[in-house]
Amino acid sequence: MAAEIGYYSLILALVLAIYQSIFPFIGASRNDERLMATAVPVAQAQFGFLMVAFFALMYAYIVSDFSVENVFKNSHTDKPMIYKITGVWANHEGSMVLWVLILTLFGAAVATFGQNLPALLKARVLGVQGTISASFLAFIVATSNPFIRLSPTPLNGQGMNPLLQDPGLAIHPPLLYLGYVGFSLVFSFAIAALIEGRVDAAWARWVRPWTLLAWMFLTMGISMGSWWAYYELGWGGWWFWDPVENASFMPWLAGTALLHSAIVVEKRDTMKVWTILLAIIAFSLSLLGTFLVRSGVLTSVHAFATDPERGLFILGILAFFVGGGFALFAWRAPAFKSGGMFAPISREGCLMLNNLILTVGCATVFIGTLYPLVLETITGSKISVGPQFFNATFTPLMVPLLLLVPLGPFLAWKRGDLAAVAQRLSAAALFTAVILVFVFAWVEKGPIMAPFGVAIAAWLVAGAVSEFAFRIGLFRVALMDSLRRAVKLPRSVWGTSLAHGGLGIVVLGIVAISAWQVEKVEVIDVGGTMQVSGIDVEFVSIEPRTGPNYKDDVGLFRISVDGKLVTEIESAKRLYQVPVMATTEAGIYSFWTGDIYVTLGDKSKTKNAWTLRIFFNPLAQFIWFGAAIMFAGGAISLTDRRYRVGAPRKKGSKKRAKAPAKEVPA
Amino acid sequence: MTRKQRRMGVIGIGFVLLAAAVALISFALEDTIVFFYGPTEVVEKKISPGTRFRLGGLVEEGSVKRGESKTVKFAVTDLNTSMPVVYVGILPDLFREGQGVVTEGVLNQRGVFEADSVLAKHDENYMPAEVADALKKQGKWNPEDKT
Repeated sequence: MAAEIGYYSLILALVLAIYQSIFPFIGASRNDERLMATAVPVAQAQFGFLMVAFFALMYAYIVSDFSVENVFKNSHTDKPMIYKITGVWANHEGSMVLWVLILTLFGAAVATFGQNLPALLKARVLGVQGTISASFLAFIVATSNPFIRLSPTPLNGQGMNPLLQDPGLAIHPPLLYLGYVGFSLVFSFAIAALIEGRVDAAWARWVRPWTLLAWMFLTMGISMGSWWAYYELGWGGWWFWDPVENASFMPWLAGTALLHSAIVVEKRDTMKVWTILLAIIAFSLSLLGTFLVRSGVLTSVHAFATDPERGLFILGILAFFVGGGFALFAWRAPAFKSGGMFAPISREGCLMLNNLILTVGCATVFIGTLYPLVLETITGSKISVGPQFFNATFTPLMVPLLLLVPLGPFLAWKRGDLAAVAQRLSAAALFTAVILVFVFAWVEKGPIMAPFGVAIAAWLVAGAVSEFAFRIGLFRVALMDSLRRAVKLPRSVWGTSLAHGGLGIVVLGIVAISAWQVEKVEVIDVGGTMQVSGIDVEFVSIEPRTGPNYKDDVGLFRISVDGKLVTEIESAKRLYQVPVMATTEAGIYSFWTGDIYVTLGDKSKTKNAWTLRIFFNPLAQFIWFGAAIMFAGGAISLTDRRYRVGAPRKKGSKKRAKAPAKEVPA
Repeated sequence: MTRKQRRMGVIGIGFVLLAAAVALISFALEDTIVFFYGPTEVVEKKISPGTRFRLGGLVEEGSVKRGESKTVKFAVTDLNTSMPVVYVGILPDLFREGQGVVTEGVLNQRGVFEADSVLAKHDENYMPAEVADALKKQGKWNPEDKT
């Protein structure tokens, strides 16, 4: 029964989505308030039906109902319960249901919480949102129905890819989808504004929290995916410039640019056309990511099934929204009048440069990701564009941006005073210089550029700290006054400082692991010791162990430094039963200075020895820790009073818009 | 500064950035991209020793020889041509005889492919497209096949 209920819910949701993609627009064009208002309950009901469908599928997984083809192909009775639940989205059909569930969640959220949106804007936003969900629901119903029944019912399922049997599966995809799909709402706002022909500060104030929310989740989703790959794949790396990683990174870059340009629209009533364009680009890249990952164009753990029909369908959806969005943009955008003027050296100017660099960086990732696909289609020759390409293109482009980050918040709107900024950042600059000299003196090995990388990270963190210290008047007023100021400070200032500081920590982790990672591969007898970066790893024993649906060879390792025992870790080679597949369960222990990362290779043919691959990954955890700080910064910004109030309270907002200019006199 | 000047300024900076990106990309494409060949193609295209490329195919049955040290020797085949490969290090979990594999490295003077990385794909069902094509011709490849 559950499968049938789920299927009918999907169809009902599709019908509602079709309604929602037509009637709110008609209502808006006739200015019929009642017709427009129907979009609200329809969007909410759509979310409700998706919940029903999603939980029906989850139920089929939990009870291992193998008469449902999707459950049969991707589950097994021996699979632990958590992977039965998370296994719902560990396959093509289920993950698309999750995708649309989150899409309708955003639709329902804007319907419910957007009470102070003007009726016309709200109707159109929901209309666009309905169009998106109608296309994807049609896609699911037509090509990817998760509720197809099998007859006769198989006795057991075919199991799930063991690499996915990890708690990471519970976190990474939902977070990533919240980010990906969150940009749909920003897209809907952009399209609605284009139809309406008006973009103003109020529009930006409605869009910003949604952009921020999507950006936060995307940041966390990417970071969690990277962390998962780091500990699960056993390759000792955290980012591989794999096309599926790039597919999520491109919307992040565009979204980061959008996050910053929307500030300019809100505060200064300019850069409107550009912001609309970025909103369209960000969601287009989300759709492109969905296409790349779900169509089977790329071979990866993320591509569950290769089916040309599905690929074409998503390509059609992609073409419709991207093409439609850009066409509408080309038609309506020239009418937008730009507002406030500004000098090149100003906060606007700085944010504009941020946007230019981020979009150009995004373009290089785009080219590196799609070039092999295009080349193969045209000439038939296969190439791979690997990390070297991106290190040679993307990385140098980002350097000026990172150098610029601390300057931005110090510059005044309209016309900034570079000398004053330089004075306020002098402590940060001094700190950076000391770090640079120190790292050069201290480190013997590694690339010559690495100390500069560390210096950039120091500059980012010190810049963020300086900004915060300046805002609360640290050392200029009494300490108690500073604390009082810190409490009163707008949350968005807290958020900016945290996010920029977090970025610095991420950069530090990336530079350290890229420059000074140590990898050692040796054949070691049981009882033997291997030394990596001054850390002794003793191979104590190895013994078999049986898990719920796998068998392990568990190696026990004693980690000690200078003869003192620090900890014991386990590293295993795991053999799953259904499907039969081996995985590496790396043993990781995090010191403050980095991770010791032990993976077990093959057993020697003749003696009781194993090949061990041991990494020392300096400061690796900083990457994910920094990303978490960036997320926290976003979350704190989101609680800013301006967003909570939500409504375009003209008086209050004007006052606040001017406030930064006063605090940073030109 | 007038609106027009400002716009020209932005366009100017944009162009400078784009030019930088284009220059970086074209240099990088020349230096960093790696072509992918099957064993037959390596022979047909007379790839000269010293060229860096990716060699993909099936690990030939019975060809894997592990030494006492970390050196592993095996052969990559597309069922027409077979090419010997040496690799020093740990092989990925999914490396098995008869399975698809992609290796990256250089061909040496003796016609042995010295691989410095053996790529594990995330999926046990992974097949390099060329190998899939070659196998399809032989009628041996079934995409539905799960090991």
